[in-house]
Amino acid sequence: MRRIRTRDAFCWGVLASMLTAGAVAGFAKTIPVDDRTVTHVLNRIAFGPRPGDIERVKAIGIERYIDEQLRPERIPDGGMNARLAALQTIGMSSRELAEKFERPAIEARKEKKASGDAPTPDEKAMQQKANSVVVELSEQKMLRAIYSERQLQEVLTDFWFNHFNVDARKGADRFMLTEYEREAIRPHVLGKFRDLLEATAKSPAMLFYLDNWMSADPNGPHAEMRPPRVVRGPFGRPMVMAQPPRMPAQGKNAPKGLNENYGRELMELHTLGVDGGYAQRDVTEVARAFTGWTIQNPRQGGGFKFEPRLHDMGQKVVLGHVIKAGGGEHDGEEVLDILAKHPSTAHFIATKLVRRFVSDTPPPALVDRAADRFRATDGDLREVMRTVLTSPEFLAPEAFRAKVKTPFEFVVSSVRALGAEVTDAVPLVRATQQMGMPLYQCQPPTGYKDTADAWVNTGALVGRMNFAVQITGGKLPGVVPTTLDWVNETAAADFSDATRSTIAKATTPPQIAALTLGAPEFQRR
Amino acid sequence: MISRRVFLKNGGFALVSLGFAPSFLARTAFAQGRTVRAKQLIAIFQRGAVDGLSVVVPFGEPEYYRARPSIGIAQPNSGEHAAIDLDGFFGFNPRLRSLKSLWDARQLAIVHACGSPDNTRSHFDAQDYMETATPGVKSTSDGWLNRYLQARHVEASTPFRAVSLTSQLPRMLQGTAPALAVNQIGQFGIRGGQSSDMMSASFESQYAAAADSVLNGTGKEAFDAIKMLKVADPAKYQPENGADYPRSPFGQALRQIAQLTKAEVGLEVAFADLGGWDTHVNQGAAEGQLANRLDDFGRSIAALVADLGDRMADTVVLTMSEFGRAVHENGNRGTDHGHANAMMVIGGGVRGGHVYGKWPGLAPDRRYEGRDLAVTTDFRDVFGEIVVKHMGVPDTRTIFPGYNVQPSKFPGLFI
Repeated sequence: MRRIRTRDAFCWGVLASMLTAGAVAGFAKTIPVDDRTVTHVLNRIAFGPRPGDIERVKAIGIERYIDEQLRPERIPDGGMNARLAALQTIGMSSRELAEKFERPAIEARKEKKASGDAPTPDEKAMQQKANSVVVELSEQKMLRAIYSERQLQEVLTDFWFNHFNVDARKGADRFMLTEYEREAIRPHVLGKFRDLLEATAKSPAMLFYLDNWMSADPNGPHAEMRPPRVVRGPFGRPMVMAQPPRMPAQGKNAPKGLNENYGRELMELHTLGVDGGYAQRDVTEVARAFTGWTIQNPRQGGGFKFEPRLHDMGQKVVLGHVIKAGGGEHDGEEVLDILAKHPSTAHFIATKLVRRFVSDTPPPALVDRAADRFRATDGDLREVMRTVLTSPEFLAPEAFRAKVKTPFEFVVSSVRALGAEVTDAVPLVRATQQMGMPLYQCQPPTGYKDTADAWVNTGALVGRMNFAVQITGGKLPGVVPTTLDWVNETAAADFSDATRSTIAKATTPPQIAALTLGAPEFQRR
Repeated sequence: MISRRVFLKNGGFALVSLGFAPSFLARTAFAQGRTVRAKQLIAIFQRGAVDGLSVVVPFGEPEYYRARPSIGIAQPNSGEHAAIDLDGFFGFNPRLRSLKSLWDARQLAIVHACGSPDNTRSHFDAQDYMETATPGVKSTSDGWLNRYLQARHVEASTPFRAVSLTSQLPRMLQGTAPALAVNQIGQFGIRGGQSSDMMSASFESQYAAAADSVLNGTGKEAFDAIKMLKVADPAKYQPENGADYPRSPFGQALRQIAQLTKAEVGLEVAFADLGGWDTHVNQGAAEGQLANRLDDFGRSIAALVADLGDRMADTVVLTMSEFGRAVHENGNRGTDHGHANAMMVIGGGVRGGHVYGKWPGLAPDRRYEGRDLAVTTDFRDVFGEIVVKHMGVPDTRTIFPGYNVQPSKFPGLFI
């Protein structure tokens, strides 16, 4: 033991000097490639190991694996196309989705209204079709997490979507999230934070979710609203359909008003953090700066548009910075510059990343180094991730299985551990929802919590054990395990003797696998 | 043992045929042997900040109608969309008519202009503060209801002492005292066909042996609860006294709370929540978005109270929401985040039929930060009075750390 520790300490030293030199790739293997460490890396950078993954990482070394994952565009991932081929909506634009999926539902509803009848079979079918957009998006997320070779990209897409959370149940967002994740989130997860921030700020999904699209200068000409409707959303969950405003030219005697929702959440949740040093006055000023950032025609899936008639042309003062009068669309961009460069933002983002990848109680020294890297690189997320993933804290044994899996992580890692062939991801999406984590349907803009306390409770724990029994017993339609032995033989290597002896008493392979996936150790990563 | 047998017989549990009696059931049995029934608290959280000025409408104040030209609720006796008069100054939203009989029976009290001393208008923070009952302090690790459970040690504690009808345990119930989160009590257990019992036993021993203290403790609670529900058989539940629960998730949550209460499984604190109150846009008035949510809210609570019948003598239902909404309607016929709000306290022991708290008025110079209803009652004084007077815990120092709970500051909800 002692010898190993000394060697580890030596490795951290080497690692540290490599970091100082700013070079990681190309070095000889320096991180020990024992099974536990490799499993840990695959539990964090990926959604857990599949049969064969541990050997593959061992063969190339952990540094090279991390370096490869930081360059997802260079990783061949052709297999994904075949897996996703049946999901016809995931490549469509919001405009196309509105046209083909949303409009038929609206028209069917109109017909019903005209005839004054109860929902017709046709209307129900159209409603289901509209809901299928979010269902397919969820299937896509599940399948990518299970099968993509670009695992870190998928882990980070999950992280950043949650950071910039939008709830699919809010009206038009149900057909906007497909484009949102595909174009605003995924391409930027290893890019510049400022680009990611602007992509979300200008996305119709976020503009709609946090109401900025209808925020207006109280003294200008205005949009007019119509009352929202409540309809059945994906899996029968109720959702509110807000109606789009008529454009300013159409509205007479239109109400006027500033909406602070986005301004507040932008600072509290997206950039500075709630203790990041802003006041109510800043919220109002930011909201004024973003007036006029709206959507071309939300119900038809239109894109971002700056509408000068909604914009407050006056001077704004944000966190002490003066934004001169008459800036127009540029006001919002200036606010994003101020926020992206603010030290509180670097610290807040670093804290959240370290919490996700290392521990529920982020080591302060690592948070500081990651925040420093954020500032030094102008918010280059690839470099911030490199700092986190190559840190001694990330690879320290204390970090092993320190995180409780979210229901999504638990489901995906189970499927991967069984090498399962998934021909229908819907049962997996549904199972994740039943464990308390409906995909794309997290109501508050905070997103889901990333700490154990949110996910460890009696009801959800029983749900996990039941999922383990179902999936190993072949009871999930469209999900067929290809090996029931691997998970117990390999992934359970570090389980306690007590857990292993209980598993050993089971007699059939499905029971053995179920007791492995449902075991306390497998609930952690 | 005699008292246990008597209880089991009277309680209607078919334990004999099951051939086992979990130790906690014996403890409940002894507890029930006493003549005094345990007090119960049912906490309801309206997440998203309900507009208290549209729930308990200050129709006696002209400023209300000036601030809300399109979403104000009309004065009583002005048609079917008018407020329901409560005391000549305040009125219920017309969609809360299901609660009016409780008001008339003096079982429902309102505390208006109630809230947090902290000025946050963030849902996240304000909910956190209300659930931890430490406004302004984010580092509090546990919720106030959990600290109540810690403070009032109960010998006969069961896995159902504290139950949240949600898929995740709310902050209010998080902490070192055990609490159960369960969405559907009828589906609770390991479902593995013929091998269910074997799998359940194996998982139980895994978690019992786990060195992982978090999962070990939660696992133990889970298996205790599974055994207990097996005995209580939730599938056969029939509401009483004509209680008609809405089919909404909230209505069904309250139905399950009544069911657990009557199963005598030791339920002391129950929690349910419902969202959809964040009405920035097209809030509506007597009809529309908010009114529809209130209809579900009111009818569900009315059904619960009817169903519990005589048991309401020992029960308090408390409703809360993280903050109120701005006095002025916004540019989208909605309301933005505000400050003080209205709470409801319902129960047989409550001095109902009265709106408690000092009314600060809505005139611009009377508002908080010039825009919101001002707080005149700290929400901890409401929680505190319930804990002291209803639940019977005189020393609240550990429950409300950093706050001096004094009977002189209580609104006066109980005698």
